[in-house]
Amino acid sequence: MYGRGLRALSFSTVAALCVAFSLVFFYAPLEAEQGFLQKIFYIHVPLAIITLCGFVFGAIMAIAHLRTGDQRWDMRSYVAIHMSLIFAVGVLITGSIWAKGSWGHWWVWDEPTLVSFLIVFLLYATYQPLRFSIEDPERQARYASVFAITAGAFVPLNFMAVRLSSAYLHPRVLGSTSNLPAKMGFTFVICLIAVALLYATLYKYEMTAKHTRAQLRALRRRVLSDETTAPRRSFQGSTAPGLRPSAPGGVLKMSAVRRPD
Amino acid sequence: MGPSLLAELPALPLHTAGKYVAAAYIVAFVIVLIYVSIMAVRLSRIERDLGELLQALDERDAGQEPREQVSEASGEVLSQPAQGVR
Repeated sequence: MYGRGLRALSFSTVAALCVAFSLVFFYAPLEAEQGFLQKIFYIHVPLAIITLCGFVFGAIMAIAHLRTGDQRWDMRSYVAIHMSLIFAVGVLITGSIWAKGSWGHWWVWDEPTLVSFLIVFLLYATYQPLRFSIEDPERQARYASVFAITAGAFVPLNFMAVRLSSAYLHPRVLGSTSNLPAKMGFTFVICLIAVALLYATLYKYEMTAKHTRAQLRALRRRVLSDETTAPRRSFQGSTAPGLRPSAPGGVLKMSAVRRPD
Repeated sequence: MGPSLLAELPALPLHTAGKYVAAAYIVAFVIVLIYVSIMAVRLSRIERDLGELLQALDERDAGQEPREQVSEASGEVLSQPAQGVR
């Protein structure tokens, strides 16, 4: 179900990334002040935008989970936040590299955009420890959804607060203060689409893997329960070699299977 | 046409800024690569588990068939281990 269209999406992503990087290096003009260093902008800013959108997407999925009680929405929310966290690592590292090349420092603490993004990242970094510290699956999903909604609401608020702040040191890309030339703007939009496709592809891969693993666990449970509920004679030497006691997802352990006397 | 088009493309000024730009793009690429590698490991684990499960089912089915025949004939529960089962 989740794997449908994955191949087409993967090829589209690779093609979009190739086109985007070709435009970055061979089409977009050099920026007057920063020169070649400004090329980092085309990877850093789309990554940041998609990361923040991913966090909000996770919050929307969490709302759907709380409304319906369907565990699939919780899984979608979890995967969206998980992917966004990975992208956020990329944003922080590429941003630091750009800061070092541009300002001479790896990190500038009085820059609101940088610090606010770090706060959002650290906030979401607590999502997984919180989630996996709860053993009961239903409570885990409910608490994680509440966290995802609260943190997701914080993301646009934080974004607006930074834009309303007086310090405009960080370059503005979107909005009235944006002064990107047409060629740069076009390249940026293509890069944004390519990164969005990358996010969608990785999200779909993760969902497919999780769904397949869940199906495999269900199948294993069925096989093991068939063995335990079958007539006694069918247990005769039916210890399946593939069903290891410590197999992941195996609910019934081999020791639980009754053997004939 | 190809070489003339390439000649018109702007040269990449890989001086001082080049290393920073290269580092940023390499970092982004490496993050994706690491993630895809982790996915590949997970996929191979799923494949292995599925193979084990299928093998277990095959061995169970193979072990049950002869037992059923014997037990039907004698009307007793078998006590000998089935062939091909550990």
